[in-house]
Amino acid sequence: MTSASARPGAELRPNFLTRYLQAHVREVVFTLGRFYRNLSGALLTCFVIGITLALPAGLHCLVRNVDALGYSWETTLQASLFLKDSTTPEQGRELARRIKGRPGVADTAYLSREQSLEEFKALSGLGEALDLLDSNPLPAVITVTPVKGIERTALDALVVALGQQPEVEVAKLDRRWLERLYGVLALVERLVLVIAGVLSLAVIVIVGNTIRLDIEAKRAEIEVMKLIGATDAFIRRPFLYTGLWYGLVGGGIAWLLVQGMVLALNGPASSLAGLYGSAFRLQGLPLDATAVMFGAGVLLGWLGAWWTVSRRLKEIEPR
Amino acid sequence: MPDIIHFHRVSHRYEGSGDVLSDVTFTLAKGEMAFLTGPSGAGKSTLLKLVALLERPSRGQIVVNGQNLAGVRRGQIPAFRQQIGVVFQNFNLLYDRSVFDNVALPLVIRGIGHDDIGRRVRAALDAVGLLGKEKVSPITLSGGEQQRVGIARAIVAKPQLLLADEPTGNLDPEMAREVMQLFQRFNEVGVSVLVATHAVGLIKKLPYRVIHLERGQLTTRQSPELMEKTVDFG
Repeated sequence: MTSASARPGAELRPNFLTRYLQAHVREVVFTLGRFYRNLSGALLTCFVIGITLALPAGLHCLVRNVDALGYSWETTLQASLFLKDSTTPEQGRELARRIKGRPGVADTAYLSREQSLEEFKALSGLGEALDLLDSNPLPAVITVTPVKGIERTALDALVVALGQQPEVEVAKLDRRWLERLYGVLALVERLVLVIAGVLSLAVIVIVGNTIRLDIEAKRAEIEVMKLIGATDAFIRRPFLYTGLWYGLVGGGIAWLLVQGMVLALNGPASSLAGLYGSAFRLQGLPLDATAVMFGAGVLLGWLGAWWTVSRRLKEIEPR
Repeated sequence: MPDIIHFHRVSHRYEGSGDVLSDVTFTLAKGEMAFLTGPSGAGKSTLLKLVALLERPSRGQIVVNGQNLAGVRRGQIPAFRQQIGVVFQNFNLLYDRSVFDNVALPLVIRGIGHDDIGRRVRAALDAVGLLGKEKVSPITLSGGEQQRVGIARAIVAKPQLLLADEPTGNLDPEMAREVMQLFQRFNEVGVSVLVATHAVGLIKKLPYRVIHLERGQLTTRQSPELMEKTVDFG
């Protein structure tokens, strides 16, 4: 009886920080416990969130892979200078030496007309058929390897300058398809952003709706809490944590889905790459994108809960 | 003695109805216990709701524990309500958690430390005679026991004022008497108590002031034993 008696001002409260931590630890334990007791229903919500997050994350993963593939080709990019037939092999070798001294050029290699023909014979498999020709139709070639990491505009300028050399018939840098690829990738990457934006709203709505049902089920409880002096923050807290768990577990499920997709595609992708003589392997979702995906899940889950709770809490007043 | 509740010419009407309370003036002194009686619809619940800031008066002034309620903004209502313990006719317990957790709720809301909570909840349950029941779910208890859990929850945070709205309405006479005795005991240790009830038979022998409402208006009767201690109402 002594402790339950009225002694005004006899409150023994810990300091603010302790109270704050205590309240949050309690809600973490409480909401996780409730999540676990309602596991199948909660996981269903998380699964929907997971699929929603996995779609943009998976697309992003594919774009990053194709981008990496393109880059690996770019480093082997070479310009070909086809020389006029009037150029002697000596002049050609001299030109190759001069070009190698230019800025932006890493290496050059001179291929005489005869060497070109030999190489073509070997590679094309037309061997004997080519012997029937009266004269060698192939020009001498200087292959120019630009320095790594050269700017695109600098490279273009270099190729144009090389094409204006008097010995050079035509200079070619066959990178147009690569530029188209990058164009497509940029478009897809933008598309990923748009999809991610729209689906983010979907996650907010999914969590919001789940929390809304949760709030309706706890209407009486919320009224009682308000009656005995609970602050809005106190009543809101378990719902916010619940939304946060939905988002976090949803992010985990999305991660599993994307990694599963990579695993499923890796076999065929490797054998396809093998056909092109490449050792390319699909990479999983990179670390930064994984962090963004989990962060987005947590943030969106929390936002969805906040959005619903703050609207609903005003409507529920004890009568 | 200062007042814990002071009503000055308070009227209240709900939207689309006439006055539920009209021109009510009364005070409850600190440490006093009083009954609020009257037939259904006389405005007993509305009066208690005005005290707990569940409603705001249409006219008039209410001061509770030195605080003019007109000056209490929405965000300050929780802190205000924490000064008051409320007991309900339908108990308003949370059936998804144990008796202990129900009683602990007001302390949790106030951020009381974990060890303190255990000590004080057990003390409150001891006071209402339910010490052995802390782990059970309230749904397994009888009506009288559930109401005692409700009372333990109302007094665990040591409020200065205890409001009860038909606390015995759902109880049989024996349980009702026990509940009233609990209120008396809390009053004896200094808690101000205001109990709305229409169980006139139950309270007519008790030595407390009776505030009687009839169609929203106040008529005051004292228990015969208390006639010499008549309080003057403005």
